[in-house]
Amino acid sequence: MLKYYPEFEMSLLTDKKLLMGNEAIALGAIEAGVQVVTGYPGTPSTEALETIARYANRCGIYTEWSSNEKVALETAVGAAYSGAKALVTMKQVGLNVASDPLMSLSYIGVKGALVLLVADDPGPHSSQTEQDTRAFGHFANIPVLDPSTPQEAYELTKLAFELSNEFEIPVVLRTTTRVSHSCGDVEVTVAEPSPVEAVEEGFVKDRRWTIFPKLTAERHPWLESLQGKLSERFSELSFNSVSGSGKIGIIASGVSALYVKEAIETARGFKELFTLFRIGTVYPFPEKAALSFLKGIDRLIVAEELDPYLEEQVLQLIGKAHLPIDVYGKKNGFFPVSGEYNVDIVIDSINRSLAACGENLRLSHASSAVSREKLPPLPIRAPTLCAGCMHRTVFYAFKQAAKQLKKEAQTDTIFSGDIGCYTLGNAYPLNMVDTCLCMGAGISLAGGLFRTNPKTKHVAFIGDSTFFHSGIPAVVNAVYNGADITLAVLDNRTTAMTGHQPHPGVGVTVLGNVSKAIEIADVVRSCGVESIRTVNTVDPDSLESCVKAAKEAMNFKGPSVIVFKGKCVGITKPDKYYKIKPEACTGCGLCIKELGCPALTLTVDKPVIQDSCSGCGLCAQICPSEAICIGGVKL
Amino acid sequence: MKYDILIAGVGGQGVILASRMLALAAMKAGFHVSTAETIGMSQREGSVSSHIRIGDKVSGSLIPIGQADLLLGLEPAETVRNLPFLREGGKVLVNTHAIPPASRPPGSPEYDPAALLSFLCAYYPDILCSDFTELADDVGTYRAANVAMLGAAAGARVLPFEEDILKAVLDAEIPEKYRAVNDAAFERARKCIRFISSP
Repeated sequence: MLKYYPEFEMSLLTDKKLLMGNEAIALGAIEAGVQVVTGYPGTPSTEALETIARYANRCGIYTEWSSNEKVALETAVGAAYSGAKALVTMKQVGLNVASDPLMSLSYIGVKGALVLLVADDPGPHSSQTEQDTRAFGHFANIPVLDPSTPQEAYELTKLAFELSNEFEIPVVLRTTTRVSHSCGDVEVTVAEPSPVEAVEEGFVKDRRWTIFPKLTAERHPWLESLQGKLSERFSELSFNSVSGSGKIGIIASGVSALYVKEAIETARGFKELFTLFRIGTVYPFPEKAALSFLKGIDRLIVAEELDPYLEEQVLQLIGKAHLPIDVYGKKNGFFPVSGEYNVDIVIDSINRSLAACGENLRLSHASSAVSREKLPPLPIRAPTLCAGCMHRTVFYAFKQAAKQLKKEAQTDTIFSGDIGCYTLGNAYPLNMVDTCLCMGAGISLAGGLFRTNPKTKHVAFIGDSTFFHSGIPAVVNAVYNGADITLAVLDNRTTAMTGHQPHPGVGVTVLGNVSKAIEIADVVRSCGVESIRTVNTVDPDSLESCVKAAKEAMNFKGPSVIVFKGKCVGITKPDKYYKIKPEACTGCGLCIKELGCPALTLTVDKPVIQDSCSGCGLCAQICPSEAICIGGVKL
Repeated sequence: MKYDILIAGVGGQGVILASRMLALAAMKAGFHVSTAETIGMSQREGSVSSHIRIGDKVSGSLIPIGQADLLLGLEPAETVRNLPFLREGGKVLVNTHAIPPASRPPGSPEYDPAALLSFLCAYYPDILCSDFTELADDVGTYRAANVAMLGAAAGARVLPFEEDILKAVLDAEIPEKYRAVNDAAFERARKCIRFISSP
């Protein structure tokens, strides 16, 4: 029953495709018959919903980008209460937003099926936390599956729907960046997604759908006993597999299991030295399978990214069963406690463990001709706002406005940022983000800063999609409690950082249907904001009006809002480009030093504008020698 | 069989597309393939790389240090940055067209592409260098430098599958609008490298 790799049945119907992990999850969900899909974009989870949206009309799947993850989950819950199979997608921090409904939902359970794709980001590459959703599942009493490859992601997605339907509990499919954003050859059982069945049942009124202290008290024992049943079931699944026959055990889940496999294969006779236990269904911990594995070994190495989740589970089990096994993991310093793993990190950590348990064997690294230490100094290439990004104009305008206020009235300004492309306003040379915490936090944080720094000006930046996600309650609070802050909404008409998804302000849905476009200025007006301006950033002479608007808003007593309207250069075609007239340029370098635009580069002594210029004209507006002019039309 | 390819470059150079083409070709040649790409925040003008692992077995998508068989560098500094991944005796193809970083934060070293290229040559004397951006620009667009480098790799006979397979993948995957220019970039680079790397 237990195999090293879960082997997938091949039939004449199967087809091999190169799929990103997220695409594999999408196809797995369609095959499982998903009927309602909701989510909020977030790296590295976004492509799953986008892939389903491509098939949505053909397969009859309702798909939406919701305004945030809490709303997405609640929408999916409504569908699942009605007997539908529903999927919700988000990144790990999105689960924090959705945690309120999720924590209650575990008591109530679902009909149909409800699967949450939650993508973790060890590193982190594109996130504000390194949290571990396996631990979240444990906390919420919700089963968690943890694939290691796109193929396993596809298989486990189908399993997640089956489990959710059978046990009437939401199931989390947890991935990491190297699974969601890895591409691999995937054997799919259905070559082309076919239409899913329509939802038949519909909602049936029943007291089980209304949470109430009495109902919670009734359901809690059910929820706890379910954990045992799931653990039993998981112990029988081939996604948890044992290989090798050595006395040194290694336990791993997710992509770390593949790193371990590659690391130990460098040792001769590794099958007799090690026994590897790979876990694909991490919570509830498959105790029975784990116990049978533990009984065959005398030392245990735990290889896992992020939290010492498996380590805690096995320590508990070893204690419960009184097993004489030493454990080497994160808790005693043998594995790094944070960051993304790779084969080399795993080799070093296993070697440290082998040394501590008195083994002579060491796993070996491959050798490169050039080690990192031998590399010459390399230019730092930090992520930066695109050439021509409207955010640069707005940040620069506020920088000028703050400078003027400082000069005229000795007033300082604190800039609170938010999550999105505009977090890159923190980069040199703009340096325009003094605080950044999580989605929507900039506005409320500015309010708190105002209470403790009343003589300082407080500016919060937020993007259009983030405004709808979680900015609105903070605006209401600022008005209600009279916070003297200025909110700059950077409206580039898209959710840019995650790959240009539509949002409630755009007037189009993920399926391309026209919808009501919600005007941000109207929203803040209805919240009671009295000073509202809409400023265009697209005109090539917009800087002056942006600075003027910024200054006026900052001088307004009470909450003020400026909606800066522009476009995202990632999805619009530039119509012109700029050039520098060498005869007029004095080589002062101000454009480069002040803006950090990737289209501007210093040659020998004078800046030049490269092909990536998209014609925003910001550099032309700040050049003291008027040496920058329109170079021509972009075709 | 195991063959690891690393493509290094700067966000926007088309590293992901090049990676996908190689992965599809490897799959058509009957191998397992696993890739890791840089997607998200660091895409914005940052250093990006793509790991492509080709072989008889499924493995994790990140290439260990010193194991890459081939390094395709779309930019000199990014090639050097990823050099530790290359095994001893591995192959390097580098686009000599330098992309200076957007800004130089205090403490960031001066970018001297010529010095980096000589560093590369010192360690890998049989390195293949050319300005593939210029080559691509000559046939229509600088943006096809990524596909030109695929052509160069085919020309140098360093890919673990027939070049016809790669050509077929490019024809199938690149939208018709851009096919001719990419085809031209591929062919010119392939011929130019075949010429200099053949005895």
